[in-house]
Amino acid sequence: MALDKNEVLEGLIEIIVDETGADPGDIDPDKTFADDLDIDSLSMMTILTLAEDRFDVEIPDDSIQTLQTVQDAVDFIAGD
Amino acid sequence: MSAVPGVVVTGLGATTPLVGDVETTWRAALAGRPGAHALDNDWAERYGLAVDFAATLAVAADAVLSGPERRRNDPSAQYALIAARQAWADAGAPAVAPERLAVVMASGIGGLQTMLGAWDTVRDRGARRLLPLTVPMLMPNSPAAAVAIDLGARAGAHAPVSACASGAEALVTGARLIAQGLADVVVAGGTEAAIHPLTLGAFAKMQALSRRSDSPETASRPYCVTRDGFVMGEGAGAVVLESAGHAQARRARTYARLAGAGSSSDAYDVAPPDPTGQGQARAMRAALAAAGPAVAETLAHVNAHATATPAGDAIEARAITSVLAEALGSPERAALVPVSATKSMTGHLLGAAGAVESIFAILALRDRLAPPTVNIQRLDPEVTCHVVRDRPEPLPAAGPLAAMNNAFGFGGHNMALLFATA
Repeated sequence: MALDKNEVLEGLIEIIVDETGADPGDIDPDKTFADDLDIDSLSMMTILTLAEDRFDVEIPDDSIQTLQTVQDAVDFIAGD
Repeated sequence: MSAVPGVVVTGLGATTPLVGDVETTWRAALAGRPGAHALDNDWAERYGLAVDFAATLAVAADAVLSGPERRRNDPSAQYALIAARQAWADAGAPAVAPERLAVVMASGIGGLQTMLGAWDTVRDRGARRLLPLTVPMLMPNSPAAAVAIDLGARAGAHAPVSACASGAEALVTGARLIAQGLADVVVAGGTEAAIHPLTLGAFAKMQALSRRSDSPETASRPYCVTRDGFVMGEGAGAVVLESAGHAQARRARTYARLAGAGSSSDAYDVAPPDPTGQGQARAMRAALAAAGPAVAETLAHVNAHATATPAGDAIEARAITSVLAEALGSPERAALVPVSATKSMTGHLLGAAGAVESIFAILALRDRLAPPTVNIQRLDPEVTCHVVRDRPEPLPAAGPLAAMNNAFGFGGHNMALLFATA
């Protein structure tokens, strides 16, 4: 069953804010993790691990390469 | 022996079971306020623990650090950051080249909470759920690394490990770095965050912990005939050590000189200290010898290791008595030197103890006031040194003074630090 994308976005933003201390208002779906949000690879792994836990999905380790933007991650988690 | 000419203390920081900073911790210690209390959890019932009390941090790290700082650091590194930032600010954030600034931040046990929490995760939910910073958070050098990153210290970041002597060994190491010309400024201290059913259970099993669950506040009773072990504590202490020349050049406020640092090892047993106290006495003598006879004969106060174990307190008291008599030239003078066991208030901060108690020794010199030892109902007649009881005791009002801090650790690690009025 596909997850609601708005709920996934909301939850993902919460995880990113917790990990990075970023202002939630600065996190738009179009932002890239690496360049716009300044998230390094270990922080990205942390975020994806916490997202797996929260949404009960499996995100393969190599998807860190393909999930460039917040929206990419939302789509993957929601099962697009 | 380690001669440490021209090392001064210019900043202090701490977060303890009494309160969250140095000055109020010191005032609470002078007032004889104990920090131990019953734990607000079900550990005793759930795990069959014999001890269900401890001296936990008075001001939680959550109230001081940001969310990401807490999530990326084990509590031991969190406490170290809090104490180190206080000490750095207290020293006036010295302008120093990063390549001349070092950190020595010790922990007795390391990132225990991270390690055990991560194992729970692997066992219950599988290795996929492990967080990527697990190893950097659990390693015992993580507090030193965290502080070095925070302050931009590039002359070296060290993490000496010697159980309950670790915090004192950090100051010994820091003084040597400056004396050897390897750094101008060193942030040195100890941290511990190891209150957990595993440690409470294991320390209790070795008969090291007080069992007075009915009265946590009076459980830590060093030198009392009815003492039955230490009370586990947590927290961190840090000092800014500086070469005297560097401190003078920037007109820094100086608390004290670190006049001598001594270390020795018992080579006796991994748990109890050598019952003759020879190793402890050698560390104290080394610190006094490094400072020289002119400083040694001004020795006016000892902050003892005194954890409140039946054997340990008596062994150290004998060693103190004999070393004082040598330093001061007579047993009569030695018998007048006020000895304080501040673990009666703070509990035993393990790897942080030597740092926090060195801070107490430094402030005793500043205020010319020895802090009390509380909870002594009847002084153990085997304790022949002069114990400060219940109320602070004034030190000589004029003239140069020196104060010693002792810290000893499982494994037979002995550290002694000698501070002198600036």
